[in-house]
Amino acid sequence: MTKEIIIAGFGGQGVVSSGIILGYAGLIEDKHVTFFPSYGAEMRGGTANCSVVISSEPVASPIVANPDIVVIMNEPSLARFEPTVKPQGLLFFNQTLITSRPKRKDITPIPVEANAIAEELGQGRIANMVMLGVMAKKTGLLKIETLKKAQRKRFIKADEEQLSLNDKALERGYALL
Amino acid sequence: MAEKRLMYGNHAVVEGVIAAGCRFFAGYPITPQNEIPELMSIRMNAIGGVFIQTESEIAAINMLFGAAAAGKRAMTSSSSPGISLMQEGISYIAGADMPVLVVNVIRGGPGLGNIAPAQSDYYQATRGGGHGDYFTITLAPNSGQDLFEFPKLAFELAEKYRNPALILADGLLGQMMEPVEFSYEPIDPKSLPEKEWALSGCKNRERRVVRSYDLKPGKLEEWNWRRLKKYEAIKKNEQRFEAIDCDDADLVVVAYGTCSRVSGAAVRMARVKGLKVGLLRPITLWPFPTDVLRDMSQRVENFLVVEMSCGQMIDDVKLATECRSKIHFHGRPGGGVPTPPEVFTKIEQALGGGR
Amino acid sequence: MKKIFGRPDGLTDTLLRYCPGCGHGIVHRIIGDLLVTLNIRERAVGIAPVGCSVFADEYFNCDMIQPPHGRGPAVSTGIKRSRPDCIVFSYQGDGDLAAIGTAEIIHAGARNENITIIFINNAIFGMTGGQLAPTTLPGMKSTTSVQGRDIEKQGYPIKVCELLSGLDGPYYLERCAVDTPKNIIKTEKAIKTAFKNQIDNKGFSMVEILSMCPTGWGKTPIQAKKWITDVMAQYYPLGVFCDRSKEEK
Repeated sequence: MTKEIIIAGFGGQGVVSSGIILGYAGLIEDKHVTFFPSYGAEMRGGTANCSVVISSEPVASPIVANPDIVVIMNEPSLARFEPTVKPQGLLFFNQTLITSRPKRKDITPIPVEANAIAEELGQGRIANMVMLGVMAKKTGLLKIETLKKAQRKRFIKADEEQLSLNDKALERGYALL
Repeated sequence: MAEKRLMYGNHAVVEGVIAAGCRFFAGYPITPQNEIPELMSIRMNAIGGVFIQTESEIAAINMLFGAAAAGKRAMTSSSSPGISLMQEGISYIAGADMPVLVVNVIRGGPGLGNIAPAQSDYYQATRGGGHGDYFTITLAPNSGQDLFEFPKLAFELAEKYRNPALILADGLLGQMMEPVEFSYEPIDPKSLPEKEWALSGCKNRERRVVRSYDLKPGKLEEWNWRRLKKYEAIKKNEQRFEAIDCDDADLVVVAYGTCSRVSGAAVRMARVKGLKVGLLRPITLWPFPTDVLRDMSQRVENFLVVEMSCGQMIDDVKLATECRSKIHFHGRPGGGVPTPPEVFTKIEQALGGGR
Repeated sequence: MKKIFGRPDGLTDTLLRYCPGCGHGIVHRIIGDLLVTLNIRERAVGIAPVGCSVFADEYFNCDMIQPPHGRGPAVSTGIKRSRPDCIVFSYQGDGDLAAIGTAEIIHAGARNENITIIFINNAIFGMTGGQLAPTTLPGMKSTTSVQGRDIEKQGYPIKVCELLSGLDGPYYLERCAVDTPKNIIKTEKAIKTAFKNQIDNKGFSMVEILSMCPTGWGKTPIQAKKWITDVMAQYYPLGVFCDRSKEEK
């Protein structure tokens, strides 16, 4: 089993954090993982994306050209990454912020009101957690409990209030499907 | 087995360097390796090592020269433009037969280039890099685990042969996170033997001189011939490589570092399609694994060299295979990174089955 | 017969190859003496620059290293930080220190690196044949300023003590000369202070020494000494530019 994932959005939408959380989660479940972010010039407020590979075997290439799964947080990323998804792949998209719709018929689009749910929970910036929750459920790739542990590894300096809120967002996403 | 930690490649280097018993770092910020000096400043401070953010890469490499001459394990890291600035110092260090470790997290060039991953400093690393007849031992990691383990190997080789050692990484390896196992017990620098050539004050012994020059007629020539013998020993003893699925291969992909990961995935794709394809991954770029390639070329008809450059290592492949095989090439210069399907297409084309 | 004067143990038994009337020999002698009288020879590491005094690694009877042109302060830093018990001195000429090595000397000073710098200012590139140095005086002839240094085209000389005294880092900066016996005694005192500061962990100490280069200047040794007194020391005033021990009292 090898799953190649791309997560994309604006800088500040927690794209890189989502990728690292998936990395930690994979490691916790004893899988092979790689995480590679877009870095440098792009990291200052522009678009951000990262590639994550989770596999039962050692990961050959950390470079993902045609992902099995994409998680799209904003409009420009939909246009950029929809064409790259493997046939029969999954495209999760943040419906709250994206007005256009995926066009391909050979992939499965999964709309998620990520920002709306996050705002409802009291914090727009945890929309990425909602997305991760949905993805975990739909793919069965990782356990929700693992993601909860993983986010605590990522946000090692965060207070308990924030960490519980993140857990809630993960659960809400997980319960959506 | 030790616990695995998810780490950036750049952070794995830092832990590897410290575990190797190095307590001296000098360097100057440059993307995409800034995580190395950042973490190093914290770690060295915590364990009582030396961390100096220098005024330039020139100062950094010369601080290493001093620290190495004083008998200590010393390292610096930089990226391509900064490594260019260090070449003068590396030449002197090689000329004085001193061991140091230089990590190059390569970015796109020439000039300021960009900050994307590249392998375009291959010539510089494997041909000496600066002025004069010399070579630097050059290791090419392709994973976080290698980035943790190669500093120790690099110091051991550097000290065994009294020669500078390079680790040639790239922006992708530095910025990528992977699980890393701290696979060996950290070395206590105090347990490392004193060097019989180190400058430490001439109490109870003859004074020592560290230098790279000799103006007496014929002396430098003698010295250089002697150093050549050392290089020949390194070439004989230290060629390292990894060969995957090469035994029955009609085509062998030759790639190092990031390209060896990408090519490894392409080789898997090819095998799934029933194509007999293997991967040869040089681990030492200097000494280049010439012997294994020479042997392979007796029976392998096609080699495909994959590099993130316009084609540099391909020269060494051609030299090693001595015109016996067909050498194909796929390159991505200027920060381009090949993908597995891209390399797979080249494999098909090279085998004559492609479009 | 009682021996009352000889070569100090701080110098090797090697014939100095400097030109007749050159100032390097005088300064070498001073350092060679001090290595013994301060009892630091056995823990000293000296840096021989690129230039005429590249051969200093043969002359000083202690551990020596010969780094790239201008990088003495960086190499010194590497040694001193690795072996704080060593007494590290960097012997540098004006091309080495004030041209190609400007960044290294300024930053070693700014860090108050605990090292000793001996800076020989003879206003010319000696080893390479008398070219314009960063310290060549306005109007002074060199092989790359045959009409004399034209400040319109070649700019002004760099006064290193004045430049470094603008920094908060350096502990001790003094300019001396070796043109007269009186000044030679002052130079010895200054270098002694610069070494003692390092022994006492006080920090960066530099002694700039106006020194004769009769060959490069096209003068006799006697004329060269007189030229320092009459001309060079007028442009580069002698004296202490920075001494933080005064602030400590």
